[in-house]
Amino acid sequence: MGGRPAAGARAGAGMGELTRETLVLNMGPQHPSTHGVLRLLLELEGEVIVGAQPVIGYLHTGFEKEMETRTYHQNIVFPPRIEYLATFIEEQAYVLAVEKLLGITAPPRAQTIRLILAELSRIASHLVYLGTAAIDLNVSSVFMYCFRDREQILDIFEMVSGQRMMHGYFRIGGLQWDLPEGFVPRVRAFLEEFPRRLDEYEALLTDNLIWRKRTEGVAVLSADDAVRYGCTGPVLRGSGIAYDVRKAFPYGGYDEYAFDVPVGSRGDAFDRYRVRMEEMRQSRRIILQALDRLAPGPVMVDDRKVALPPRAELVRSMEAVIHHFKLVSEGIHPPPGEVYAAVESPRGEKGYYIVSDGSNRPVRVRVRSASFNNLQALPVMLYRGTVADVVVAIASIDIVLGDVDR
Amino acid sequence: MTDAPARLAARLGEVVRERVEFRDELTLVVPREAVLAALEAARAEGFGMLTDLTAVDRHPARPRFEVVYLLTSLDPPARVRLKVRVDADDPTVPSATGLWPGASWLEREVYDLFGIVFSGHPDLRRILLPDDWEGHPLRKDYPLVEEPVQFLGRTPKVPSEIIPRVPRGQ
Repeated sequence: MGGRPAAGARAGAGMGELTRETLVLNMGPQHPSTHGVLRLLLELEGEVIVGAQPVIGYLHTGFEKEMETRTYHQNIVFPPRIEYLATFIEEQAYVLAVEKLLGITAPPRAQTIRLILAELSRIASHLVYLGTAAIDLNVSSVFMYCFRDREQILDIFEMVSGQRMMHGYFRIGGLQWDLPEGFVPRVRAFLEEFPRRLDEYEALLTDNLIWRKRTEGVAVLSADDAVRYGCTGPVLRGSGIAYDVRKAFPYGGYDEYAFDVPVGSRGDAFDRYRVRMEEMRQSRRIILQALDRLAPGPVMVDDRKVALPPRAELVRSMEAVIHHFKLVSEGIHPPPGEVYAAVESPRGEKGYYIVSDGSNRPVRVRVRSASFNNLQALPVMLYRGTVADVVVAIASIDIVLGDVDR
Repeated sequence: MTDAPARLAARLGEVVRERVEFRDELTLVVPREAVLAALEAARAEGFGMLTDLTAVDRHPARPRFEVVYLLTSLDPPARVRLKVRVDADDPTVPSATGLWPGASWLEREVYDLFGIVFSGHPDLRRILLPDDWEGHPLRKDYPLVEEPVQFLGRTPKVPSEIIPRVPRGQ
């Protein structure tokens, strides 16, 4: 059976349990191709993998516990630190969950801006996937090109929020402030150039014999196994199941946009690569539609129990000062209840399950991580593969270890 | 949205001890003895993916823990949440690994952080914390403290003391 835990390969188990035929190889936790701090125990028969066991937890920081001790506004700083490659999508997931709990929705302009930034985040994250997957197979030029393009997106992020990565720009009920001048032309300029770049990378990889031989038929995951292991995102879609949270449970206005959900058929590393390449094109399509819709308007809800009063009001209105003081010193009080809000992150379904008892702090914030479930299926993908394919398999699920360990 | 969650509730019938609808999400509370049968019924009803399995510590309420299963039907899209309540003197829940192999790590995480035991789990060990860790950090009686820092001229505050917890209705 695929993915059975290797009996002798358990962490801390004695080497004496091993039979003479198999060898246990330790890979990581410090290894350039594990994309973070991941340790793998591989049970080998010659060069063939008969058992694999990921050992995780090296990046466990207790985000969920920390979030229980802070107010809903203060918690906005955590999500982008959990998944640091798709920062805006992560912030979006958290604020959407709190907004659902409160029963409010952000104004249309704020939603459109969130959507543009989320899709830019998706492109940036997929570029990191592409670059690192390529350099794992020694295609270092693609790595350089991808990071060059990602850098342009991060510059746009910096222009909007002042930060390249840990933005804190999305707020419960809207955004911190409106877009800066020059944002739209800059995004358009990037999107104008981007398809040519993608074609170039595809020419370098899709038509590359070594890339094809190293990814086709490697790290195969069947559709059934993908569902049974709770895999989502390009891992699930690469196996042929067209489940995308943006389509299945539309949030933030995605149901108003035209885009396709690419799927693979064989469930191998090559299909996951193809799915992500197409997703970048679809993200571009969504952003272009969103830029056309970007109409002037407020970017924050007009609810003084949620949104901070505008600065100008503070010097004139005593009530505004009181609201400001209450929000900053105490925070918001959502009604008691529990909600789950999910978004489609570049790695799959990212959800926040928040339990409120009506006080100013959540009772529980559970971060449903796509990487965690996807990584769990790694032993199935590796079974009967070779050691050299481990690197390809890990790159193809595109894990973020910060998200796995939280 | 389909009516699959409602159909599941009807199918489970008497087993459902409590039914909560909040913000268009359906939560069904089932007793511990019936949880595996309820999960199996949900899977038969089309909820093929165990999206999440986690727990909530309701300390000091009793029973103290809630184990929460979030199930998703991929096509047509639908979600339902099943919940089991267990108390601290016997925090045991049957394992769902027989239904979904993907439940394995999720249950290990709940065991690691809450100390809830999943009977029948093939390999119930800590997963995020080191094997020799003491206590279960996501329990409410597990304190969140900061380590003393030597180079500061002041004592760092525990984050939860900076803004006091304000209960409902004040």
